[in-house]
Amino acid sequence: MKLPFKGAIDCDVHLAMPPVKTLLPFMSDYWQDQIVTRFIDRSSFALMSYPTHSPLSGRPDWRAQSGGAMPGATLEQLRSQLLDPFGHELAICHALHGSIALYNEDMGAEFCSAVNRWVAQEWLDHEPRLRASILVHAQNPTLAVAEIERCAGDSRFVAVLLPVMGDSPLGRRIYWPIFEAAQKHGLSICVHAGSTFRNPPTGTGWTSYQSEDYIGQSVAFQNLIISLLAEGVFQKYPDLTFVCLESGFTWMPTLLWRSAKAWRGVRAEVPWIDRSPAGIVRERIKLSLRPFDAPEDPAIINRIFEQINCEDMLVFSTDYPHWQFEGDNALPDGVPRELIRKILVDNPLASFPRLQTNSHVRAHVTQEAAS
Amino acid sequence: MNAPLREVKAEQRLMIVDCDIHPIQRSNKDLYPFMPKHWQQHMETFGSHVRQGLSERISWPRMMASGQRADAYPKEGGPPGSSYELMKRQHLDPNGVEHGMLIALSKGGMEERNQDYASALMSAVNDWQVECWVKRDPRLRAGVVIVADDPESSVKEIEKRAAQKEFSQIIISPRSAEPLGRRRFWPIYEAAQAAGFPLAIHPAAIPGGAPSTGAGWPTYYMQEHYTFGSASESVAISLVMEGVFERFPRLKIAMIESGFSWAPTLGWRMDSIFERMYKETPQLKRRPTEYMREHFWFSTQPIEEPENPQHLLDIFEWIGWDKIMFSSDYPHWDFDDPRYAISVKLSEQNRAKIFRDNAKALYGLS
Amino acid sequence: MAKKYVAGATSDIAEGGSKLVTLAGRDIGIYNVAGSFYAFADRCPHAGGSLCEGFITGIAVSGGPNDYRLERKGEFLRCPWHGWEFDIRTGQSWCDPNSMRARKFSVKVEAGADLAKGPYVAETFEVKVEGEYLVIEL
Repeated sequence: MKLPFKGAIDCDVHLAMPPVKTLLPFMSDYWQDQIVTRFIDRSSFALMSYPTHSPLSGRPDWRAQSGGAMPGATLEQLRSQLLDPFGHELAICHALHGSIALYNEDMGAEFCSAVNRWVAQEWLDHEPRLRASILVHAQNPTLAVAEIERCAGDSRFVAVLLPVMGDSPLGRRIYWPIFEAAQKHGLSICVHAGSTFRNPPTGTGWTSYQSEDYIGQSVAFQNLIISLLAEGVFQKYPDLTFVCLESGFTWMPTLLWRSAKAWRGVRAEVPWIDRSPAGIVRERIKLSLRPFDAPEDPAIINRIFEQINCEDMLVFSTDYPHWQFEGDNALPDGVPRELIRKILVDNPLASFPRLQTNSHVRAHVTQEAAS
Repeated sequence: MNAPLREVKAEQRLMIVDCDIHPIQRSNKDLYPFMPKHWQQHMETFGSHVRQGLSERISWPRMMASGQRADAYPKEGGPPGSSYELMKRQHLDPNGVEHGMLIALSKGGMEERNQDYASALMSAVNDWQVECWVKRDPRLRAGVVIVADDPESSVKEIEKRAAQKEFSQIIISPRSAEPLGRRRFWPIYEAAQAAGFPLAIHPAAIPGGAPSTGAGWPTYYMQEHYTFGSASESVAISLVMEGVFERFPRLKIAMIESGFSWAPTLGWRMDSIFERMYKETPQLKRRPTEYMREHFWFSTQPIEEPENPQHLLDIFEWIGWDKIMFSSDYPHWDFDDPRYAISVKLSEQNRAKIFRDNAKALYGLS
Repeated sequence: MAKKYVAGATSDIAEGGSKLVTLAGRDIGIYNVAGSFYAFADRCPHAGGSLCEGFITGIAVSGGPNDYRLERKGEFLRCPWHGWEFDIRTGQSWCDPNSMRARKFSVKVEAGADLAKGPYVAETFEVKVEGEYLVIEL
């Protein structure tokens, strides 16, 4: 169905990654020289999880409008395909740049910094409806923290972006400096689908097909949340919100049930989990609407919402320009009417403290929604 | 733990099929009668060689009594599951087990890196199941343990056991060297289909080589425990998307101790992605949910315990009442007692299906 | 009308120990915590495990990651199956104190001389005047 009102906050929007040469002006002389003389600028930095021409990576009609190139490459496209027709109040954009998969963490950090500068200068400076996450190279948390500190003064950055599958499960203590810095600055943690393939994408080894990898993202998000729970991240960083992007949400009942059950038996191993994981997850984890993994049948969808039993968990996402829905049906049919406002506006605002402090946003959104 | 054992009262009126019972050797010596001398010596000298850092135990110490029911340690010594008398007294008799499907996880070679030794273990454990368990109690049914890494010897073993009436299925771990849909495993499926054996997929404790999550190794047992379900999802994805069921249309998969509440949403997810990505997997002629619905059975333990028990019925409904089979996991710590495991009210007909009829139909038990 | 059952002598259960008895067909576990006696139906309210065959231990608590403390040693039961933890003083589940508790029976310590006045049921042993006994009313 169509969005019933204007003023939605879209939590998962992707900018098409620019050619490497576009990023060179944002890099030091040393790295410019390295990149040019090693011909690093001559090929794409598309992630294996999002190959450029894969059907999922770009919706066909949007792709056709950009002459077959990846949509979301220009501000004009972003406005005409997403921000204007859907009447977005805000869109949080995420730069899924392939440099996060580089093994050289210094080069990776330089790229991430260049991408963040490019996002600020080429996108945020020109479009007040945009917000962004900070891309970091998590292999070296010290470098990641330095980048967070560098960007934190810019209030248009509202989160830190990490892939759901990297070197190690994200709950591990090696990543805590990242969480520390994010919490300090009121930034949320956005964990996005995708892998740097440091490990095989499944617990049973290497898959054959990209379809399998994409399907398996829901498995990766479950393991992520269990990692955050078991390691005590939610206790250690009480003000930090984790937003799972391109996560889907219909798998959540399994996680709530199994984690709550297991906790009663294995609690003593992780005694800092001092109440049912189901309650903790409902409070601290946000899931994005897309991809939508259920039949668009109100009876089934209602059951799933009842099982999840949390009105605050789901945040709106189009996942632009990825192919998640047709036409302007940005909401799946069957989503309970009474939750729509929460999903489109209230939950996103609650998920990103930096949006809340922007008081004119809240006032404006409320006005829009009421009209 | 040393309190006297008591008879459990027979309150279970319905005779049941238990799809997951774990027998184990009291010690290595139990296998000697079924192994050539040089492999006995190998067992004592070198022992197992598996894909993890510790040689004699799993690297995530479990919580309850080494992952066992603390009340299932035989008084005479040996690990839980090593005493037939105790199993009979504690579980088979009082819980009304009409048929018990043996899943012999330990020492069957499924995790062993030395392939010749693995084959010797496989053969020995299969003989041992027949001689020490099924012949002793015909309620019990053996499962052909195979070495998935070595399809050639596995196929020979399947063909050999197909002729033995004590065997009802093939046992394989999802923690294989590669996802189970990959073609290296297809000779096994061909042999399974020819023999009419369902393939029971049961998680083994020892990793197959890949970290147990796509983001790397978990820290805590709590996480590792969760991967029994999540790794099984990965296996289901692999089997469906590789087109295993197009090639082997009569192959039946029993997901044991793998969880089941994930199955409906995983199917929907596969369908929606297949709708956009179908050109990548032209081997699929139908939607993924159709393969799931036709080829997969699920065992109940560890039973899901939703805050609202009624939600369990949604899941059973979505999976299909003909595909759910009771399992206890005796003698492991997260054992489900058939009297209490499913707390939501079931119709008599559905109760009979879950506790008895579905498994009888799948395994051809009379 | 409730009957007095003599479950055993106080000397049968050492501090930190337990004893399983069957009274009027019911399995009951009796626990000695620092000289006080507690009794529970020997069936875990979660899934039916025999609590008496589990562990008598303390409760693990924590102020946050990497902070591990065992408190109230000897005051908790851990079910031998799924590891659920119960406070021996109250029967309450640690994880679900308001909705899940082991069925508790009150245990009284009575002198043999008083018991001798009757009536009481002692199914498996003889009550002596000079002893002290554990009495449960059912």
